[in-house]
Amino acid sequence: MNTVTDIQFQFTDEHQQFRESLRRFLKDTSAVTSVRSLMETESGYDQQVWQRLNGELGLQGLIVPEQYGGSGFGMMEMGIAMEEMGRALYCGPFFSSAVMAVTAIDLIASEDQKLRWLPQIASGDMIAALAVTESSNSDLLTSVQTCVAAADDGDEGYRLTGNKRFVVSGCQADLLLVVARLPGTSGLAGLSIFAVSADAPGLSRRGLSVMDRTRKQAELQLDQTPAELIGPYGQAGRKLQMVLDLAAVALANEMVGGAEKLLQDTLDYTRLRVQFGRTIGSFQAIKHRCTDLLLAVELAKSAAYFAAESAGRDTGTLAVNASIAKAEASEVYLLAALETIQLHGGIGFTWENDTHLWFKRAKSSEVLLGDPVWHRARLVKELVSESGGQL
Amino acid sequence: MTSQDLTEIAEQARTWLQETWDPDRDLVAWRNLLADSGWGVPQWPKQWFGRDMNSAESAVVEQALASLDVVGVAKSGIRMLAAATLLEHGTDEQKKQFLRGILTGQENWCQLFSEPGSGSDLAGAITRADKDGDRWIVNGQKVWTTSAHHADWGLLLARTDWDEPKHRGLTYFVIDMHQPGVRVSPLRQMNHHASFNEVFMTDAHVETRHQVGSLGSGWQVALTTLAHERRGADGLRSPGIAMDIKARRTGRIYQQEQVEIETVMEPYKWYPQRAGRVDLVLPRAIETGRVNDPAVVQELAKLIIMARSAQWTAKRARAAQQAGRKQGPEGSLGKLAASNVAKLAARVHTLIAGADAMLEGADAPLEGLIAEILMSTPAVSIAGGTDEIQRNIISERVLGMPKEPRSDTGPFRDVRRN
Repeated sequence: MNTVTDIQFQFTDEHQQFRESLRRFLKDTSAVTSVRSLMETESGYDQQVWQRLNGELGLQGLIVPEQYGGSGFGMMEMGIAMEEMGRALYCGPFFSSAVMAVTAIDLIASEDQKLRWLPQIASGDMIAALAVTESSNSDLLTSVQTCVAAADDGDEGYRLTGNKRFVVSGCQADLLLVVARLPGTSGLAGLSIFAVSADAPGLSRRGLSVMDRTRKQAELQLDQTPAELIGPYGQAGRKLQMVLDLAAVALANEMVGGAEKLLQDTLDYTRLRVQFGRTIGSFQAIKHRCTDLLLAVELAKSAAYFAAESAGRDTGTLAVNASIAKAEASEVYLLAALETIQLHGGIGFTWENDTHLWFKRAKSSEVLLGDPVWHRARLVKELVSESGGQL
Repeated sequence: MTSQDLTEIAEQARTWLQETWDPDRDLVAWRNLLADSGWGVPQWPKQWFGRDMNSAESAVVEQALASLDVVGVAKSGIRMLAAATLLEHGTDEQKKQFLRGILTGQENWCQLFSEPGSGSDLAGAITRADKDGDRWIVNGQKVWTTSAHHADWGLLLARTDWDEPKHRGLTYFVIDMHQPGVRVSPLRQMNHHASFNEVFMTDAHVETRHQVGSLGSGWQVALTTLAHERRGADGLRSPGIAMDIKARRTGRIYQQEQVEIETVMEPYKWYPQRAGRVDLVLPRAIETGRVNDPAVVQELAKLIIMARSAQWTAKRARAAQQAGRKQGPEGSLGKLAASNVAKLAARVHTLIAGADAMLEGADAPLEGLIAEILMSTPAVSIAGGTDEIQRNIISERVLGMPKEPRSDTGPFRDVRRN
């Protein structure tokens, strides 16, 4: 096994202050009662809170470079933001717009496009979404079949035809960033990314009926839909993989926030619940399970933190660290949710108990952006090629 | 402490070393010089061979020693646990008698805590010490005693009062291992090694001046030893590096040190295998072609993910400690994480070896190394506190969960035992 880069990993005092102020903000604005009412609405989020998220914390522009109206922070700070949002189960198009879309534009778009879109996204006035996935296959990019053709009616630009599924916040977005391929290409070759306006002709959107109602997803149908090319034509595959890896790192941080919240709920409950004349937290059977869960959560946190910290420092290890973080967070978040239900007993299976909200987020995040099996296989493939072997 | 002060300290140490160090000196003579100068253990008190230095200061002294390839004071084995315990709880007479011999390496130590009847429940020891005039008479059996066969002194936990509750009836002693009442017998393990011993004490003697701490305070004193054992476990048991570097150098003192290292480190030879040898997994999978089997790949990845996450968790703990932050839960989890890693590593080594996992010795993969991994990893979740005890400790101290009701709080005489 390769040696781990020797870093002195820690959050600074500024990081801690940022975390605490965001945690306070979310405690006020994303209490579980709000989450429960928002998840039943069509838009799924509170417009006022979205504006305050920008006005008071500038979060939508957290990783947008300063010259485009953002704060210019990196993945480590984004990791903190996502972790706290995951803890609070924040409902809003943050992940799709401020993480995935910003990263794609920042890595791939032209200067002119960045100037047009990033300031608006950073201010929260524009919501953008990234549309990659089409099937249930975890190998997101190679599965893209949506095709691009040059406009044939004398217009400039391109036309896209195909279907996208699992587009996070796809119905809420003003701007859709759609991945498509040149006809006749396969794998990572021939991929490009295009901007499609939400009101473009030939685009229809439908909200998917999702188990995790706190994170809305959409299906898009594109039929000769006009689109603007972002970045190089047919050669964005490698960059898109980086975008997805950075998104996976952010998602892993969100997931460990949720997992830690569940562990805390479980500990609180086992201190209160009395059976056989004792609090159930005094039984070794319960204590050992809680300790194992603590260990799992702490390891997943380390992987998520390390992936976020190293992403800004070393793009060479991004693929490996992102897959480690995502695979582990996927397993651990779900484990935390299942253990929380189990240790709550019957009440944990009710709609009234809040655990199922986090369980459903855990289940949805487990398979979003590649399931753990895919990430593990990909991890080994990367390590083998690092070590000079072939797979 | 400014960096200028640290530079000065490093300079002072270096100057002294350049004047005094000579690789052709006798090992013990050199270590006596180190002890008297205070440069050998600068973190110890001035009065006792040290310089009252904090950890940052003594670290630069260590660096100065290392940069000149200087042989340091003897640190291997149980001796540093003995020293730490004596420095904290010993009388001046005891410090005077033992500390120098610890530092020069002339005297070896062992730890007589565990018994056949008290493993996890260490305070349930039933080896008894009975006062007889100006000495104690000791009867009982200890077990899992590393290096007892070449120890001169033993750190002994024995029961001196059977009417007090369990933790209050113990007293801590230093026992002379060279006497007719002490018999040492090697304990053969399931992996063929015999790193530990059983120690039988039959009317063995301990001088009253060798009682450490007050009568009945043995458990408190033992906690000091155990705390240092947990803290130092990694350095104590990483033989490979020291052996490799020192074998290359010439000079009488290096040869003498080499002999010492080989003797003291002998019991720890299989410890890297006990930890699972995660480093071998990917190369083995590639070499054998098993890396093309998707089922193997999944388990391999799980192991690498767990092992790296455990390393990163240890880094987080160290970084927090260095920054002077309050330690979070990540600091207490290392042992349990290491145990999980080792167990999963054994699974993956088996998956890769296939039917070869049935073999040992020369017929087996890597000349039996893989077999040694498979036969050694079961120890990792037992030694130094079982996983179950670790879970109790973590759940109570880190998670703040309540203790189980106890049934061993009355006079020890009435407590049920093996």
